[in-house]
Amino acid sequence: MISLGQDEIAKYPFLAEAGQYLNDKGFTLEQFATDPDLKIIVDKAYERIESAAEGKIYNLKTDNSSDKDIILPLNVFSFLIAIVLLKLSGLNTLINRFSLAEARRAEKFLERDLVSDSNKTSEEFAIKIFRDVFSITIKKAGDYFVIPISDYLQHAVNFHELEWKLVNRHVENGMVFLTPHESARLIRKELGGYIGTKIRAANTPPMSKGFEDKVHKLSNLAKKFVVDTVVSTEIPPCIEHAIEALNKGENLSHSGRFMLATFLLGRGQTVDEIAPLFKNAPDYNEKITRYQIKQVAGETGGNRTKYACPSCEKIKSNDLCFATPDCDNIINPMQFGKKRL
Amino acid sequence: MLENNLKFLEETFKQYYFDHFDLIRVPDRSTEREYGYKKFNSGMSRHISLKTDKDLHLLLMTNLPSDVFCSNGYYSFPNLPMTEKDWKEADLIFDIDAKDLNLPCRKDHTCIKCTSCGEVSLLQDVCPKCKSNKLDRLSLPCQNCISGVKKEVLNLVKILTTDLRIDDKNIRISFSGNEGFHLHVTNSSYNQLGSKERGDLIDYIMFRRAIPERFGFKKNNPSRSSFPDLDDPGWSGRVAKDLFGSKSKRSKGITKIISDGYPVYRQRLEEMGKNSIGVKIDPNVTVDIHRIFRLEGSLNSKSGLAKLACENIEKFNPYTEACLIGDEPVEISANSPIEFRLKNRGFGPYTNEKISVPKYAAAYMLCKGIANLA
Repeated sequence: MISLGQDEIAKYPFLAEAGQYLNDKGFTLEQFATDPDLKIIVDKAYERIESAAEGKIYNLKTDNSSDKDIILPLNVFSFLIAIVLLKLSGLNTLINRFSLAEARRAEKFLERDLVSDSNKTSEEFAIKIFRDVFSITIKKAGDYFVIPISDYLQHAVNFHELEWKLVNRHVENGMVFLTPHESARLIRKELGGYIGTKIRAANTPPMSKGFEDKVHKLSNLAKKFVVDTVVSTEIPPCIEHAIEALNKGENLSHSGRFMLATFLLGRGQTVDEIAPLFKNAPDYNEKITRYQIKQVAGETGGNRTKYACPSCEKIKSNDLCFATPDCDNIINPMQFGKKRL
Repeated sequence: MLENNLKFLEETFKQYYFDHFDLIRVPDRSTEREYGYKKFNSGMSRHISLKTDKDLHLLLMTNLPSDVFCSNGYYSFPNLPMTEKDWKEADLIFDIDAKDLNLPCRKDHTCIKCTSCGEVSLLQDVCPKCKSNKLDRLSLPCQNCISGVKKEVLNLVKILTTDLRIDDKNIRISFSGNEGFHLHVTNSSYNQLGSKERGDLIDYIMFRRAIPERFGFKKNNPSRSSFPDLDDPGWSGRVAKDLFGSKSKRSKGITKIISDGYPVYRQRLEEMGKNSIGVKIDPNVTVDIHRIFRLEGSLNSKSGLAKLACENIEKFNPYTEACLIGDEPVEISANSPIEFRLKNRGFGPYTNEKISVPKYAAAYMLCKGIANLA
């Protein structure tokens, strides 16, 4: 594991071993629950979760913000106690939001460390995080950082914006060129995942009286994020197009047929309802069609895999996308017409 | 397929395999691969594991397959069902097929076969005999198409070796046995990629979904200096060459692009991917990390030609070099409205004629479905 100085641990508190850190500083968890002098840390921890839940990046405010000896440990303690509160609450929505917000906070530091020409140690440390935590080798090349294409792809496929597609990147000699900002952005999701996994793997401490009030407040906070949705019966333009093509007796590609079948199965239609759609296809054979739909539905076949409708990304790649404004940036046709109440 | 045609093709294929054991070898790391085969008139058998060349030869002799395949993927347990195989990695594979090039010559060497009455005729929308619109399209040999595919292959190799930095020693090119070429990349840093990542690599190679910002055109304030230059590496350079042709025309070209506006440029980039600089690979092949891919040295039942590695693709002539079935005379009744050449010999056109042709041509026409044994 990476060895951490006081500065680094404040920027990247999730890299610390929590119990070890408390021990080293001479504290026990019980003290935080009972000692009135430490109550401020529990308050800060709650604020930290609250701002994460609202999608903000936590910025510690104190009365004496210039004092490094206070601010750095406070940053770390508030993070550690926040995790204790989250574990006690057991609320997954909050853990997810907190992980993402902490990832974005760390991302800001990573980016700053990567550009800091004056501070070689910070830069090396940031590069080390890429290597040790995410197994990505990044190297400096002028104002840019370069990373191997295969590493880049494994992270960039999580983004839906076209600018992250490899075709829209400066690629040279097996390497992708990224600005410090882009380098840090590239691992945000994994950073969030990493923090989330660490939180989930941590032991849940026994409830202390001093934490009860805050944990209760967290339950109320989480209620805000329960979303009700309603699914309409409308069908997206790609599916409409596929049905039209079949009705006209045009040949729909294998991927088009797969998309159509998985979509309709996903909307709850049965093999009997779907099979007749294909009867105008130039190569229609009822027995084969039914067999294939059953395969896709997971009703037959060796491993009974039920296939899901492909993503919009995949559908675009197969030239089957006919997006309209109604699609409203969905990433899978199944989401079409799904509205938040 | 008619019983006697089937018997003839099985015997012919068996004879080929028996005579050419030297061409049919299991690839490296054979025990980690999945094999599969098809028989004439029946479905696919897969999830087969083979250790040595001898195991493979035994499979060919006992099962009389019409087509033989081997996985690009490597597994701990290749003979178990897919979910239990334990996928380790997969070679990067590419298929470039003449049909995806859609060259203008295509209509001249494509005929149709009616799935209702079996009539073979020149390309048209309905069967001239029974008016059915359920038709299979059959494409016959065309040197122009082969040259077109070769050009695509060379473009692909260029991108793989420069942009993607794949060592050309790890790229194997082979004729697919019908009307395309396969590329097989082993031992590269891309072997670990899943199919989603390969999807992005495919868009890169096909130059799909490029945005104007990347190629110099910022929506609100385009700056002349950020447009690509002919010497730029990767797509920038290729885009510049396609847009401007030469360095001297760059400045004028940029002025025109800016005055035409952002949407026109975006459209232009999209068309460049489709019609000029994008490499026309079959995306469904490359994205698949569990594919069983035609085995080198085996025959293709769409043609009776062999999938064969080519050392020098530019000189390779598939219709002579991959045509490896014997030439003893065979009596067939052929119905081919189009003329074609195999082994430097012209055949057809035939209208339901009884003829005697060399075995390789008989096998070819039977595989294409334009002849029956007499």
